[in-house]
Amino acid sequence: MSPKSRSAAVSADKSTSKAGAQIIVDTLIDLGVDTMFGYCGGVVLPLFDRLYDAPIRVIVPRHEQGGCHMADGYARASGKVGVVIATSGPGACNLVTGLATALMDSVPLVALTGQVRTELIGNDAFQEADTTGITRSVTKYNSIVKDIKDLSRVIHEAFYIASTSRPGPVLVDIPVDIQVARYEADGPVKMDLPGYKVQTKGHTRQISATAAAINKSEKPVLYVGGGVVTANASEELRALAQKAHLPVTMTLMGLGAFDQNSPESLDMLGMHGSAYANYAVQECDLLIAIGARFDDRVTGKVKTFAPNAKIIHIDIDPTSISKNVIVDIPVVGDAKYILTELLKEVEFRERAAWFKRIAEWKKKLPFTYDKKVSTIKPQYVIEELCRQTKGEAIVTTGVGQNQMWAAQFFKFSRPRQFISSGGLGTMGYGLPAAIGAQIARPDATVIDIDGDHSFNMTMTELATAVEHKLPIKVCILNNGYMGMPRQWQELFYGKRYSCSCLQNPNYADVAKALGAAGETVEKKADVPKAIEKLLAEKRPCVFDFRIEREENVWPMVAAGKSLNEMDGLDILESMA
Amino acid sequence: MKHIISALVENKPGVLAHVAGMFAARAFNIDSLVVGRTEDPKLSRMTIVVVGDDRVVEQVRKQLAKIVPVVKVQDFAGQPMVARDLMLITISAPADKRPEILSLIEMFKGRVVDISTKQLMVEVSGPESKIEAFIDACKPYGIKNVARTGTIAMPRQGQAEVKS
Ligand SMILES: Cc1ncc(C[n+]2csc(CCOP(=O)(O)OP(=O)(O)O)c2C)c(N)n1
Repeated sequence: MSPKSRSAAVSADKSTSKAGAQIIVDTLIDLGVDTMFGYCGGVVLPLFDRLYDAPIRVIVPRHEQGGCHMADGYARASGKVGVVIATSGPGACNLVTGLATALMDSVPLVALTGQVRTELIGNDAFQEADTTGITRSVTKYNSIVKDIKDLSRVIHEAFYIASTSRPGPVLVDIPVDIQVARYEADGPVKMDLPGYKVQTKGHTRQISATAAAINKSEKPVLYVGGGVVTANASEELRALAQKAHLPVTMTLMGLGAFDQNSPESLDMLGMHGSAYANYAVQECDLLIAIGARFDDRVTGKVKTFAPNAKIIHIDIDPTSISKNVIVDIPVVGDAKYILTELLKEVEFRERAAWFKRIAEWKKKLPFTYDKKVSTIKPQYVIEELCRQTKGEAIVTTGVGQNQMWAAQFFKFSRPRQFISSGGLGTMGYGLPAAIGAQIARPDATVIDIDGDHSFNMTMTELATAVEHKLPIKVCILNNGYMGMPRQWQELFYGKRYSCSCLQNPNYADVAKALGAAGETVEKKADVPKAIEKLLAEKRPCVFDFRIEREENVWPMVAAGKSLNEMDGLDILESMA
Repeated sequence: MKHIISALVENKPGVLAHVAGMFAARAFNIDSLVVGRTEDPKLSRMTIVVVGDDRVVEQVRKQLAKIVPVVKVQDFAGQPMVARDLMLITISAPADKRPEILSLIEMFKGRVVDISTKQLMVEVSGPESKIEAFIDACKPYGIKNVARTGTIAMPRQGQAEVKS
């Protein structure tokens, strides 16, 4: 260093200027961040260096995808914004699945990625990737900071965009030279988002029209999605269902929004939903969708979905309205606000005939399984988990049959209790999401109900759980198959189990090797004791339940069928 | 049906990619997309022509509005508006055909902008239908090259067309 530049550096230190990395950390602290998930690499080392002394807990995952799902699980369990850091190139690329998962399920997430030095951008520098280009379609918004003056403002905007309106992941790409440059911050930042509008209040006339339709309806159904959880509107939903006397069915994402133990609950609807929910939707004269988006897994064949119903759609995202199903009354706004307004105008109505009809379906076609066999049925494991935790645990899942059984057989009563990749269906989500949830809710019992192959995808994160002494409980429903594809191959491909059967490791041994507790459960009679032990365990633990290998999920609405054309009803009926 | 949609967007890098990416990801069909500066240096205007039924166009409009740096979206369908394309076209024009071609250009209010022994380059602007008609009229002479801008549009405030 020449004497001249050395003196320049010293004088910069004397001033009140701060390094970019310090600005990032201070901004995060200002925004209330106390926990985040991050993996290092050359171009984020300045940031990690500043985090070393900061009052922020940093959890380092074993893979950036794991870190992203952890931040996502943390956000879903806490309602706060999840934060994840990754380095440039490979680090940023490893976030893609996690970002897409969060986008599809509207999870507030901020990803900070390092980028190569500004002057190298575009030159195929070492570990350079066009991160904003790659992540544009899997984020709600993203941007790259090329001027240190913008740094604090852009991070503030990221948190604001991630957490308001329909939440979602926002990525900020920060070149390493911006992290080391110094800047004299001048006062509070002003956000500059002329194109970003947050509409919370719904149209008064539409709300009144909704109330009038409810008051008039003989056979209404409330169809509730994750938006109600996001809007923290469960209390208002409960009040509405009771005041107006409405049956409530939930999407996978909506589970927990309404207490499944209450008499108005119809449980989940859709492809693997309850027969009674699907019948009720097909027969209702009024369907009120709240924070739900008419996903194809819910509607079945769109043309014949709720054929007799007037449809009302309450959602904060105008693009969701009339996207898949044309609605009669659209109400754009925040569910909490709109439900509060609706409550003032709805009246109680007995609807005895409707509830009687629903009760008959419930009695005739409940979610059930063969309880007489000697093998371990996955549904039994879940029922036992629910019973022993008194339905209080936070449950995360893998993707596949395990996820559907968890949705069908655990009875959720509170929002943020069921954490699952609904929109993208990301295998490998369960374990890292459980880690994030446990960090958000240290006192809660967090159970990952997982599939063997879903677990295979991110099981290295057990090491993260061990390192941070998180007592998460992994219950693998181990059928030795990719069960869901196997079920489809059984039903639609003449039992040719191509690709869906691979050799698995001994998970109890894997768990022990990674420093967690592990156990294999092979006998039905051992299940209750094993679960007792699992719940008492203070370390992360993996219980490998060797379940009935070819158990199927029923009922099932095959692709292209209407909701009331369910397969497996005879099986349910015979066991009810 | 064709709809002309106009979007005011923030003048930030990546916005065009975001808009174009949204169209591609959602399988919306873009007929043309034109971007240019406005009187406000912070804003650009995109004029997008899309083909689709009302439902598709409604989704296009909403999805565009949802993009964070998109400030305002308007659909000009059913509104009085002015829509223009600009075209540069090179036509083969041997000496014996020139008078004929020049009078054709005159009829379409085109302008000759380049000339050589064998061909003419002509600038024509106007509604898309006029541009198409000019291309058709030139075909018999032999078209060498065409460059077109796509449509830009603005809503009309007054009611009657002022001759340009
Ligand atoms: C990342 C990813 N790859 C592929 C799929 C497709 N897929 C859906 S379920 C499934 C198998 C799940 O197997 P397992 O985790 O053992 O669960 P099971 O269905 O047996 O309960 C696959 C491959 C997916 N959802 N996610």
